[in-house]
Amino acid sequence: MASVCFYFQVHQPYRLRHYTIFDNGNDYFDDHKNGEICRKVAQKCYLPANQLFLDLIRRHRGRFKISYSTTGVILEQLKEYAPNVLESFQKLADTGCVEFLAETYHHSLSFLFSPSEFADQIEAHRQVIYDLFGQRPRVFRNTELIYNNAIAQAVERIGGFDAILAEGADHILGYRSPNYVYRPPNTSTLKLLLKNYRLSDDIAFRFSNRDWSEWPMRAEKFAQWVNAVNGNGYVVNLFIDYETFGEHQWEDTGIFEFLRHLPTEILKHPDNDFKTLSEAAAAYDAVDAIDVPFLVSWADTERDLSAWLGNAMQHSAIRELYRLESMIRTSNDPQLMDDWRRLQTSDHFYYMCTKWFADGDVHKYFNPYDSPYDSYINYMNILDNLRSRCSVVAPTSPAHDHSVSAISA
Amino acid sequence: MKIRTLMLGWEFPPFISGGLGTACYGLTKAMDRLGIPVVFILPRAMPIRLAESGELSVGTGTFGQYYQTELRNVRLRPVASTLTPYVPGESRAAATWRKTKAKTENGVEVVALEEATGANYGPGMQEEVYRYAVRVMKAAEGEEFDIIHAHDWMTFPAGIALAAQTGKPLVVQVHSTEFDRSGEHVNQRVYDIERQGMHAASRVIAVSNYTRNIIISRYGVPPEKVEVVYNGIDFNGHAEASYAGPHPDKTVLFLGRVTMQKGPEYFLFAAKRVLEKMDNVKFVMAGDGDMLHRSIELAANLGIGHKVFFTRFLRGDDVDRAYQMADLYVMPSVSEPFGIAPLEALQHNVPVLVSKTSGIAEAFRNALKVDFWDINEMANKMVAVLRYPPLHEMLLREGRKEALRFRWEDSAARVNEIYHDALSVG
Repeated sequence: MASVCFYFQVHQPYRLRHYTIFDNGNDYFDDHKNGEICRKVAQKCYLPANQLFLDLIRRHRGRFKISYSTTGVILEQLKEYAPNVLESFQKLADTGCVEFLAETYHHSLSFLFSPSEFADQIEAHRQVIYDLFGQRPRVFRNTELIYNNAIAQAVERIGGFDAILAEGADHILGYRSPNYVYRPPNTSTLKLLLKNYRLSDDIAFRFSNRDWSEWPMRAEKFAQWVNAVNGNGYVVNLFIDYETFGEHQWEDTGIFEFLRHLPTEILKHPDNDFKTLSEAAAAYDAVDAIDVPFLVSWADTERDLSAWLGNAMQHSAIRELYRLESMIRTSNDPQLMDDWRRLQTSDHFYYMCTKWFADGDVHKYFNPYDSPYDSYINYMNILDNLRSRCSVVAPTSPAHDHSVSAISA
Repeated sequence: MKIRTLMLGWEFPPFISGGLGTACYGLTKAMDRLGIPVVFILPRAMPIRLAESGELSVGTGTFGQYYQTELRNVRLRPVASTLTPYVPGESRAAATWRKTKAKTENGVEVVALEEATGANYGPGMQEEVYRYAVRVMKAAEGEEFDIIHAHDWMTFPAGIALAAQTGKPLVVQVHSTEFDRSGEHVNQRVYDIERQGMHAASRVIAVSNYTRNIIISRYGVPPEKVEVVYNGIDFNGHAEASYAGPHPDKTVLFLGRVTMQKGPEYFLFAAKRVLEKMDNVKFVMAGDGDMLHRSIELAANLGIGHKVFFTRFLRGDDVDRAYQMADLYVMPSVSEPFGIAPLEALQHNVPVLVSKTSGIAEAFRNALKVDFWDINEMANKMVAVLRYPPLHEMLLREGRKEALRFRWEDSAARVNEIYHDALSVG
């Protein structure tokens, strides 16, 4: 049996507007730009891809299934800028062949800095998924698939989850294959599903690369690789950024055609099927515990946290951000809280990354700033203003007192 | 094959009075290291008194004095002339002088050179340029060389004449153009000489793409003729100023000629904005120039006179000290063909903020960049560097690493390739 498990990540941050030290407004976000980008990605990716998957699900009458994780912040933006995309996601949910996962509402690194915030954001996210799609997620993925034993244990304690996702990185698998179901150590109910990065990246990155030995990759060829898993595993976890379809891989690469034929090709082999992540977790026993004491992610070649926390600026920005937590909570101001949460989105720190600054490549494409230094300056100016709003709202707060009632009204 | 070059250049240590001289010297030294023989002709109002005793031999060849420098492959040929490379109309102490580490007595040489900087753009200048050309041709008789390399417009007539006389190809290097120096109000005759030189040359070397674009669009030079070779800095190993640690008062440094091209007024306007947000900062303007008095007045009129310090020109160790106390170096140039000064600042452990209309901005990543006219943004970035230690630290560390990669050897190697190109075309 090879169960193909597609999961697509859907996310856009609230990008910041240019904010100098002379600015003092409370409007930190570039609504115009965010709207523009949202609508553009909706045109090139979300709408055509959603339609394609809807068609495929109907055509294959329940044999084709997929999973999504949509952050709270993208859902908000879709509601505002491209509500027809939301509707198409709802149609997908209604097919019964589409599962929605849970993650932190604001796509944040909160696990590393504030367990309470982490829990709150998961709760908020579960709520919005239920409100929009009528589903209660049972599978969790952390921001950028950041994962370690502690995260798994925390998620199990929060409760309500059957499985958690992680990157099937070589350095945590060793000789083992990502094509089995595993579990985290010291947990009782959670299962661990690991991304098959080779096959996932074949679609997400190599698909249009003419220098690739396997180019052009047709659905038929890919299906053969999937078939080869039979006897060597049970699941083929294809965890892919949704923008692959139409944005990273443009339509003229043939990516949509590839997808269109893929289910048929895969289902030609009688032992293959498609499963949602919950189904995969339920269908197969965990074969082993995978010990991940240090943090891994699905980012770059290092598969670590260096994209967001690799330099002094990133560390300083995130520390200052979370240092405001108690002041923000005591101020009991929903707008303040929302602004603070939007600033937690991991993308802000990604823009400050200097890893490839010498070569200036991939990171640059998605970076609204000319340089990581500009991004840090902008972010810190905003944080400064946020901080000053806290003192205004709760001038006498000692910043350690969590009792809300003392300050409100 | 070792190409022998006859270079028409500018100052040589111990008298380096600014960017052009620094660039020529850096390039020449690197060429020496690559083993390229250089005969270096430069204008001199007085006989050179060189301080490195014993290291230089003075010879009197048939055709005048020459000096063997500490560089094995470089011979200096001074040619009498009052030409000086800096924009006329500046006061005597116009340029920011710096001595190299040679130990010289202060008195005599400096005086001699100061007197030489009385040049101006009047008709006298034009004549001097052509007179120089004649003297250069004479001095070059009996020299053996394969190619002529002229730096900036004042040497172009000499280069053209030499090329015509000897049949050797001419390479001209453009370190700055009239448009950089004078904005849109270019001196027509200087422009003509620049243009003439660029067209007569087999190859034109620009110090940046920024300058290359000006050459192509404003001087009508075919693009395939123009190459870019970046300047570098000298990592001569002298102990860089150890960072003196955080002061209670921050210091922002402007170091360069106080003239229109360098944007001193933008620096002061930005300083005023910065002082609206922070008080514990002072601004240092180190340099002299035709806008010095106006700048002092401007600072006073802006009400920040007590926070801006004018040092006039700095020399030798004072330059190092200026860098040592600085938390940020700002180059707000209106038009800067390259900009070696930021690299030197980084060498001295000072992070930099540079104008986007500069060659360095296109070539360098670990610097803050700003449009020179965007005062708000300039102030925004200044405050950020002074306020956020991680930003300061990273710009400094990464910037320094990057600066040290601008090696003159790479420039010299590239120049050598260009020489080969020019020779093969014939």
